Amino acid sequence: MIELSNVTIRAGEFLLPDVSFQLKSGEYAAIMGRTGIGKTTILEAICGLRTVEKGKVLLNDVDVTSWPTGDRNLGYVPQDLTLFPTMTVQEHLTFAMKLRKYKPPAQQARAEELAELLGISHLLARKPAGLSGGEAQRVALGRALSFRPSCLLLDEPLSALDAGTRDSALELLRSINKLTGVTVIHVTHNAEEARAIANVVLTLEAGDKPGHVKLSNTEANEPS
Amino acid sequence: MVFESPKQSNTLKRSGSLPDVVFFLIMGGLSGAFILLIVLLILADVLYTTPADFMAALSKPEIQSAFKLTIVTCTLATILSIWVATPLGYLLSRYRFPGRWLVDTIVDIPIVLPPLVLGLSLLILFHFQIPVGNGVFQLEAWLRDEVGFPVTYEWPAVVLAQFAVSCAFAVRTMRVTFDQIDPRAEEVARTLGCHRGQAFLQIALPQAWRGMIAAATISWARALGEFGPILVFAGSTRFRTEVLSTTVFLELSIGHLDAAVAVSLLMVVMAVAVLLLLRWLGAGVAP
Repeated sequence: MIELSNVTIRAGEFLLPDVSFQLKSGEYAAIMGRTGIGKTTILEAICGLRTVEKGKVLLNDVDVTSWPTGDRNLGYVPQDLTLFPTMTVQEHLTFAMKLRKYKPPAQQARAEELAELLGISHLLARKPAGLSGGEAQRVALGRALSFRPSCLLLDEPLSALDAGTRDSALELLRSINKLTGVTVIHVTHNAEEARAIANVVLTLEAGDKPGHVKLSNTEANEPS
Repeated sequence: MVFESPKQSNTLKRSGSLPDVVFFLIMGGLSGAFILLIVLLILADVLYTTPADFMAALSKPEIQSAFKLTIVTCTLATILSIWVATPLGYLLSRYRFPGRWLVDTIVDIPIVLPPLVLGLSLLILFHFQIPVGNGVFQLEAWLRDEVGFPVTYEWPAVVLAQFAVSCAFAVRTMRVTFDQIDPRAEEVARTLGCHRGQAFLQIALPQAWRGMIAAATISWARALGEFGPILVFAGSTRFRTEVLSTTVFLELSIGHLDAAVAVSLLMVVMAVAVLLLLRWLGAGVAP
């Protein structure tokens, strides 16, 4: 379970006051809103890359607001994917497991399992430089899923993909959510995309005061 | 309403290539003047000396000793510089901390300080007497008597004098290197379970090798050319603290112009060799 309780985040002039929502384990939530409104800021606050000014971030009822990023066990896929230029795809998949001191055979087995799920088995020896947008996105997903996180945070995961790849990526995300039971927060500026995939849709809108942003219209949704 | 379209010009005219020719003449002329100056400088050295003079100078035992000491001290100063400049460049690039501007300014002091002043400052630092209890504490005396590692007028002074300047240049290079590496990758690594140290060692550092090669090159070259601080802080005792830059000075001061030019040429060859070696190493580790 993931819960934000009256979380206030400030980023320069921009203020996101009193954000609250709760997601049950295994739910697929979309945070929707126009570009630049602060969707990424919420994801960064959840994974600990941005300081929360007030309020609490709870993961499985544990208050992790002041915890170091790495201890939160969240799989983060940034919008620009940010693959590690010096590592091969295989090294991306095993990176988090090495940090957690998984035994090498377990690392290998998990990497193979993920590569198969994501359809990147043929890319394991490659470095990010030569990968296509869709391939790079699958590697970033694999890297985030490798250590079996409790929640997957996806920042505009489909924005860099062409229409054909988009549909198959949407299908892939849906099946990952179903197969692994991981809670997903999927940030997007595309309402159609949000309604197509999410059980819960949260909308981020301009607030009453200039520079303020509010989260509203929490809707339960029947994904198409 | 009648829409009147603006008149279009249908006559095309070729403007000629004169402006481009003028552009390349001015740019090329200015650049060429500098390149020519450097080539002429080296050429003058080469033409002044004969191969026999060159070999005669290089076979002198005192110059061979200075050559060896130069290689060793420059390499030590470079290793120390990279060792210090990598973390310092990283901190300056990644973090906004109180007093950062001060640290940034202090790092540049060895670059702007007149070399003799730097040497004199080192000398004073090591011989400054601080009253402690009944006696006085002096860094040099403590190092010599207690640690058994005298510095002033010994080879460590050469390394320290070279390091003080080389490191400042290495810090600048490493800082620019880390500025050009996207910090997002380190943030993502932290979400995967890294602490900051692991993100630095496993994500930032492997991407910084090109900058480290550049920093090593500039450090080594600066250390090779260092003269003023070495003369003041380490002296120029033959077979003990004499390095090639001080050899040129010593040979000149006793009127051996041939030997001074031969050693200068040797330094040119060394500088170019190190430049090529590091470039080759750099190309070797390219992903």
